[in-house]
Amino acid sequence: MGGRWAAGLVAVALGVAGCGGDDGAAAPGGATSSAPDDGPSGTLTVFAAASLTDVFTDLGGRLEGQHPGLDVQFNFAGSSALATQVVQGAPADVFASAAEPQMATVTDAGLAAGEPAVVAANVLQIAVPAGNPAGVTGLADFAREELALAVCAPEVPCGAASEEVFAAAGVAAVPDTQEEDVRAALTKVELGEVDAALVYTTDVASAGDAVEGLDFPESAEAVNAYPIATLTGAPNPDAAAAFVELVLSEEGRAALSGAGFRVP
Amino acid sequence: MRGRREAGVPAPLLVPALLAVAFLVLPLLGLLVRAPWSELWPQLSSPAVGQALRLSLVSATAATLVSVVLGVPLAWVLARSRIRGRSVLRALVTVPLVLPPVVGGVALFLVLGRQGLVGAWLDEAFGLTIPFTTTAVVIAETFVAMPFLVISVEGALRAADARFEDAAATLGADRWTTFRRVTLPLVAPGVAAGAVLCWARALGEFGATITFAGNFPGTTQTMPLAVYLALQRDPQAAVVLSLVLLAVSLATLLLLRDRWLSRAGAAA
Repeated sequence: MGGRWAAGLVAVALGVAGCGGDDGAAAPGGATSSAPDDGPSGTLTVFAAASLTDVFTDLGGRLEGQHPGLDVQFNFAGSSALATQVVQGAPADVFASAAEPQMATVTDAGLAAGEPAVVAANVLQIAVPAGNPAGVTGLADFAREELALAVCAPEVPCGAASEEVFAAAGVAAVPDTQEEDVRAALTKVELGEVDAALVYTTDVASAGDAVEGLDFPESAEAVNAYPIATLTGAPNPDAAAAFVELVLSEEGRAALSGAGFRVP
Repeated sequence: MRGRREAGVPAPLLVPALLAVAFLVLPLLGLLVRAPWSELWPQLSSPAVGQALRLSLVSATAATLVSVVLGVPLAWVLARSRIRGRSVLRALVTVPLVLPPVVGGVALFLVLGRQGLVGAWLDEAFGLTIPFTTTAVVIAETFVAMPFLVISVEGALRAADARFEDAAATLGADRWTTFRRVTLPLVAPGVAAGAVLCWARALGEFGATITFAGNFPGTTQTMPLAVYLALQRDPQAAVVLSLVLLAVSLATLLLLRDRWLSRAGAAA
């Protein structure tokens, strides 16, 4: 038993070391292939906010299709955790954050190559169960006592954004519950247990037919921008540049907007 | 025999026991060491914390009362009756012990929610909606905690000497009188221990509560929910809140043990 555990640990350690080695080995190959025909090759490591998982996995696959020698690896997690990993020296080529403060952590440490570009924005939307049984039309309905309403708790980012839009609209909201995260708020809509919840447009897009999204003008007061940057310590700068270029291209913008993001 | 007992705990028991103590107590020590003591008083005196603490104590106590009223008879049925399918019944009612509490919360929605099997009828017939109310907190806590009481009381009933009940029956007492006058006093320590376990579990309940009852200060935000949300913004405050909950639960359990459990034990 002990032996097996030890063997497992060694295997994990070797795997981690192996990944690091690949990245290092890929760097010279990427650097020498300057001609656009050759294209980037080797391994590209992208650190991206969890909400970008579907879109970026799709775009990474397309980039691999264009460049047969390229292997795109992703690390999807919360933006704060990723920023910490980058600052602590994780061998990443690209960092895409779900908010500007986390990108600032990386730029302040002098680790971003150039100015970060905003690739997308996420805004709040009113999520209602399919068919909108309570006839919700706008933010003002969040002041109706007789409705069952969910918002995010003020401690989490979507809750802070909700407070901003309520303040901008002058609505005294009377939610029945302040959910611990945006997915929990969405779940309550999917189950039909609340008449409306305030979530992000991307959450509504991911929920399918069970949930409808209603836009409201005050959502412009709390726009969550997604900046992306290549990193100064990138082991594979060519591939990093190619990936960022793809994300910012017409093709990338179409994929992002298909997932519910606003594109600049 | 006597000499051996006085020689102390044998090493094969002592070493794992010490490890167990270290394993269970060190995380608590971690909380104590890392606690921002200067923030303790401002946090304690904040109305939001008082509100969450009061709600926690009230709902855990209510859940325990419901569990005793419903759970003791259930334990009797499991231990004493001869109905068919008892072992299946026992497995079913202890499901909440193994069910992830969040799943329990979703399951409660499917039954008692606005669209739920029973909830839809309650809503239509009486205009009653349960989710997002303090009642929902008590229901979620009862769902998760009652099996602890049932298991304890059933164990006590099995260990109790059934001959006392036989004697009562021989003397002409019916089964209800026997239960009230003989069985219940006999298993009182088991009921007390089960109730304490049940209360402690209800006090710490998080997953089913935040799912089924939601989170709203004053109505459904119990201490564990407040701790979790504080962790999102201010980890130091979360440590202080955890300490408050820890202190209150420890004090209650110690008091009960002294006042109630030992006396009940002595009576038996």
